[in-house]
Amino acid sequence: MKILVPVKRVVDYNVKIRVKPDQTGVDLANVKMSMNPFCEIAVEEAVRLQEAGTATEVIAVSIGPAQSQETIRTALAMGADRGILIQTDAEVEPLAIAKLLKGVVEAESPDLVILGKQAIDGDNNQTGQMLAALMGWPQGTFASEIKPEAGHIGVTREIDGGLQTIKLNLPAIVTTDLRLNEPRYASLPNIMKAKKKPIDEKTPEDFGVDVTPQIEIIKVAEPPVREAGVKVETVEELVDKLKNEAGVLS
Amino acid sequence: MNTLVIAEHDNQTIADATKKALSAAIALGNDVHLLVAGENCADAVADAAKIDGVAKVLKADDAAFAKLLAEPLADLVVSLAESYSAIITAATTNGKNFMPRIAALLDMPQLSDITAVIDADTFERPIYAGNAIQTVKVSSAKKIMTVRATAFPIAGEGGSATIENLTSTGDKGISEYIGEELTVSDRPELTSAKIVISGGRGMQSGDNFTILESVADKLGAAVGASRAAVDAGFVPNDYQVGQTGKVVAPELYIAVGISGAIQHLAGMKDSKVIVAINKDEEAPIFQVADYGLVADLFNAVPELDSAL
Repeated sequence: MKILVPVKRVVDYNVKIRVKPDQTGVDLANVKMSMNPFCEIAVEEAVRLQEAGTATEVIAVSIGPAQSQETIRTALAMGADRGILIQTDAEVEPLAIAKLLKGVVEAESPDLVILGKQAIDGDNNQTGQMLAALMGWPQGTFASEIKPEAGHIGVTREIDGGLQTIKLNLPAIVTTDLRLNEPRYASLPNIMKAKKKPIDEKTPEDFGVDVTPQIEIIKVAEPPVREAGVKVETVEELVDKLKNEAGVLS
Repeated sequence: MNTLVIAEHDNQTIADATKKALSAAIALGNDVHLLVAGENCADAVADAAKIDGVAKVLKADDAAFAKLLAEPLADLVVSLAESYSAIITAATTNGKNFMPRIAALLDMPQLSDITAVIDADTFERPIYAGNAIQTVKVSSAKKIMTVRATAFPIAGEGGSATIENLTSTGDKGISEYIGEELTVSDRPELTSAKIVISGGRGMQSGDNFTILESVADKLGAAVGASRAAVDAGFVPNDYQVGQTGKVVAPELYIAVGISGAIQHLAGMKDSKVIVAINKDEEAPIFQVADYGLVADLFNAVPELDSAL
């Protein structure tokens, strides 16, 4: 089984972002960037399937600026075999990302594509589902467990009331939720080895995909600030305030 | 052109999340049609017809739609799409699952999780876990959007919509429902509860959540958790409040043993009143709390329980 894992370079999970004073976007200058956490889970799952003998090859693909190469190297250090970088400095929307990935899928013919359920910058939660639609493949989103078998894959999904299990024909798309696995840290020898693994470089033009945004960003603003309230000394005082000041308890 | 809203329901009644998404749909100014797809969903259709502002209910009653799997549902919606300029649903796990599939089949961009309708083409939505709010304008022929239900009021009753029966578009059979393991609870659902009490890593174990459950039962509250508590295996993922879990905005949110990482705040900071109980007085949760109590939760929560 061949597995494709798209990965995205985003602002590191621990960074407190700042909105630019002119409201044109979020200030990304000199901010630490990392692989999107849900993409790490996707890479980990693919590598585990390879270690279990289920997957024969794991390919990491990223769409973004030249520095996305580092994100691919991280995936390679975790155990992916080779990388593909589709280089663009444009802000590419999920639908165009899905179209580019469709091009990669058609060229590579994977049996399974594992993606993060959402990137923590745009919080869109769209790309996997869109790729599934464009390919006419089934989708198993928000996966907490996957069981590939001959010709199909069982996916346990995190849904609002609990868990749902579905069975998908292969090839299929899976998007990862938090509990699917705990991604490994790449070891130093594996980081060194990853430097020698091949990364193929492409552009959106190679796939004939127009990446012009269809959504116009008018402005990006700070959310309304919530003022800190008061400290209470005792539980008794807390209950009194909730009843008589806030009026939320009767 | 009209607006189509895709309903979430349990075959009996239409979900509150859908009724809130309807308010966003009505704000676009066109006639609103509500699609109820399901199996044996006649009662839900009757409930849908009573919602104020719904002009027509589309009923698709077929085994193919029993579990709202994305593949057959997307094919159904695409078959209807021609007469709609906007297709909207609530950003529940179902909506997040099927909506982008519909958007891509129609070759349209999607706006996820909108929190405000500025005008018929302009919307607000949070990015970076709600640490920034984007105002966006969409000029595509169809607006495909999921709605953050907590940001909109619930649509009222008093409508009398016409009902149209749809022919099923069937199921291509590439996906199959196997089973569900749903959390059984007498407590209200997290996203619609008026009071929510959540525990974090400070709870130390899943067993300790019983002290929160006891308070929750006295208050008629739902029980939630931070991602840290879910990651530590204390409680299931469907308890999770935050950027990657559920977004709640109750009248009262009580955060117990939760430090207040930005990812958690993203899921609860629109609550009307926030209470934080934490023994670390430097915890960031106190910066958003209306009432903060610096105390050991294992003393404070039982005290709260007996004070109620």
